[in-house]
Amino acid sequence: MTQINFTNLGSAAAAEKKRLAGYKAMLMVCTGTGCVSAKAFSLLDTLKEEVSKHDLDKDFLVVGTGCNGFCGQGPILVVQPQGVFYQRLKKTDMTRIVEEHLIGGKPVEDLMHRELSSNEPIHKMDDIPFFSKQKLIALRNKGLVDPENIDSYFARDGYAALKEALEKGSSKGVLAEVKTSALRGRGGGGFPAGVKWASCIAAVDKTGKEPVVVCNADEGDPGAFMDRSIIETDPHTVLEGMCLGAYAIGAKEGFIYIRKEYPLAVTRLEKAISQARDRGLLGDGIMGSDFSFDIIVHRGAGAFVCGESTALMASMEGRAGEPSPKYIHNVESGYKDRPTVLNNVETWANIPVIVEKGGKWFAAIGTGDVSKDPWGGSSGTKVFSLVGNINNTGLVEVPMGITMREIIFDVGGGIPDDREFKAVQTGGPSGGCLPASLLDEPVDFDTLTKAGSMMGSGGMIVMDDHTCMVDVAKYFMEFLKTESCGKCNPCREGTVTLYGILDRITRGEGVKGDIDDLERISRVMEAGSLCQLGATACNPVLSTLRYFREEYDAHINEKRCPGKVCKDLITFTINDECNGCMVCAKRCPTNAISGEKKAKHTIDQNECIKCGICNDVCKYDAVNVE
Amino acid sequence: MDVAKIDAILKKYNGNPDFLIEILQDVQEEWRYLPVDLMRHLADELGVPLARVSHIATFYKAFSLEPRGVHEVQVCMGTACHVKGASRVLDAMSRELGIGEGQTTADKQYTLEAVRCVGACGVAPVVVIDDEYHGDLMPDASAKLISRHMKEGAR
Ligand SMILES: Cc1cc2nc3c(=O)[nH]c(=O)nc-3n(C[C@H](O)[C@H](O)[C@H](O)COP(=O)(O)O)c2cc1C
Ligand code: SF4
Ligand code: SF4
Ligand code: SF4
Ligand code: FES
Ligand code: FES
Repeated sequence: MTQINFTNLGSAAAAEKKRLAGYKAMLMVCTGTGCVSAKAFSLLDTLKEEVSKHDLDKDFLVVGTGCNGFCGQGPILVVQPQGVFYQRLKKTDMTRIVEEHLIGGKPVEDLMHRELSSNEPIHKMDDIPFFSKQKLIALRNKGLVDPENIDSYFARDGYAALKEALEKGSSKGVLAEVKTSALRGRGGGGFPAGVKWASCIAAVDKTGKEPVVVCNADEGDPGAFMDRSIIETDPHTVLEGMCLGAYAIGAKEGFIYIRKEYPLAVTRLEKAISQARDRGLLGDGIMGSDFSFDIIVHRGAGAFVCGESTALMASMEGRAGEPSPKYIHNVESGYKDRPTVLNNVETWANIPVIVEKGGKWFAAIGTGDVSKDPWGGSSGTKVFSLVGNINNTGLVEVPMGITMREIIFDVGGGIPDDREFKAVQTGGPSGGCLPASLLDEPVDFDTLTKAGSMMGSGGMIVMDDHTCMVDVAKYFMEFLKTESCGKCNPCREGTVTLYGILDRITRGEGVKGDIDDLERISRVMEAGSLCQLGATACNPVLSTLRYFREEYDAHINEKRCPGKVCKDLITFTINDECNGCMVCAKRCPTNAISGEKKAKHTIDQNECIKCGICNDVCKYDAVNVE
Repeated sequence: MDVAKIDAILKKYNGNPDFLIEILQDVQEEWRYLPVDLMRHLADELGVPLARVSHIATFYKAFSLEPRGVHEVQVCMGTACHVKGASRVLDAMSRELGIGEGQTTADKQYTLEAVRCVGACGVAPVVVIDDEYHGDLMPDASAKLISRHMKEGAR
């Protein structure tokens, strides 16, 4: 392995660029987790076989990439550099793409994405509305690099920012750019990274202890997969970001704390680290400089609270992840009582671009005035996992300040099945649900917090009118009561009590006074919890109460679930649209449905367990849920 | 107790107690649970109190003190899956397997688990069977999937 140094990084990049330019096209098959669930790996193998079979190995390179972003349309193949986008592929489609497109020169239109209104095929990825409003910084290499090949990152000018910084020899310069960029942490709190780094440097000066940098890849927010995707897609951008951070604060050691539930991400990360070591980009004397730094991976074992900074430190020391009081900050005394900079995956992924293009360039994107104070606005972009009841599900990166409406309706293509938008949930279990009236608000840290939610790490779950907001609040409380570590009373008891009340309401047993109790207990938890898990646990409840109070009232006063979700408050019946196709009767798990062939069916209410399967399988809208 | 296997795991982490969680993950993977005598052995070897090992074993969801089934069926209960009907998927799986969430079938073949987000939210609702992901899986399809899995397993 040639070791990379200041003089040969450029030629390594050029060599790889030249090698890739030698191909007529590159066939980038998405092998992110979403597409893998739709058999993307076997697609990749088939495509390779087809290309070889036609003796085209010299002309076309088949590459497995990380998440392309448009997961809802997977499996996905993009022909680069032309940018032809194919979706929802099956094994048999590979032959067609090879024969019709690669050999015949005619792109296969019926495998392309279609314009929602006109149903016309869209040839180029960049013309698809899902992609055209995005701005890529953290995800700049998505679908363009082979995550398991470091040379492919070189070809995208990877490690050039690190080289420049080391060559200049100015760690202060790196810190200055990060400060100017006003980059705020993407893991939830939105704390300015430059400020954090500077206080860590001050702590090192004061204590003389060796600092460490840590990457938080625990990704606890259920419904979010930004961090996983960044690592699966472009692991080296995270490593380069951490190298730059370590250089800025003078750390020799770094750690990545990642969930073990992300096996593909863990594998790619470990591969990337070992390739970086082999090429002299991690380890002693990086690129021939006197800067030495290495990274160790810790795998978490399934506890939401371990994403919290003090719990994460405990877990990395091989202990139970229970938070400790934050009288002393991690920057002063974190991992093994050493000064510690903890940043989120996406925060780290932004660093190489900030160092390369300058803090000013980054600060110019986004909202507010951050020239004097990083708290003055939200600079840069944010990656969101846009999921739930939305047409275009996937991963998007958009500039801060874009409106919720643009994200949901322009990028996301709106709500499927002609349903109505009801709410969007952001911020995970610490966040809240926002109603349609706030769709035109800009998306940034401060606006979302003011509205009673928060930016969080980037989960954006869209809900249609068939969602019950009381059920959603109950869902989060069930999650939080399970995940509460139990160390402090307000959170341990509060989450269980709130859950109990919400559960009663959804069962139609709500009573007057329940809402007051919900609010009162929420205040206590907010004020008295030891860590932010408990202190923000009430947000899903308070935000749904604030914007969807009428749904609580319907459950409590009328014993009615407007979203038609709460089992105890709905019944399933069959209407006159029924043509007696018998499908539902076959699939009903309790044989509650009877009827002759071609005659209207009926449901025996005593047998029905309200599983909803009849409604899912009926093609004729013949099942009523009331 | 297979001491050679444990020693191999300990060696992988240089016997460093900082990696206790990872060590236990490897044990869980190998034995499908954490046997008590094994936890005691680890505590001795690593020079940490048994209480710390058992604290970890009961704190993190990845660990189990009872043997898990040969096949692990994980139903994602993350938010994206929830709004797409994950709790109905869990009910369907539970009916097909005849066990509740967190339980293992009597023949020790299947363990049913409700897990938080598995990171494939774009194709919700998601079920993971032995590390294989299945997306866009509505309750009816999930019932079919698991009953087919059970039949194929029996052959
Ligand atoms: C209960 C809880 C869970 C958290 N989970 C995560 C997480 O999964 N990923 C993350 O990056 N930050 C998480 N955080 C925030 C971290 O504590 C910390 O603020 C963050 O990692 C700092 O990095 P940033 O400044 O780059 O965002 C969590 C916080 C709390 C209170
Ligand atoms: S607030 Fe909850 S999670 Fe945090 S320390 Fe207290 S009990 Fe544990
Ligand atoms: S599936 Fe629909 S149309 Fe067919 S029998 Fe059932 S209710 Fe009637
Ligand atoms: S809701 Fe489920 S149990 Fe009830 S009739 Fe329909 S399929 Fe049968
Ligand atoms: S996993 Fe393929 S597009 Fe996201
Ligand atoms: S919520 Fe189910 S995969 Fe993320």
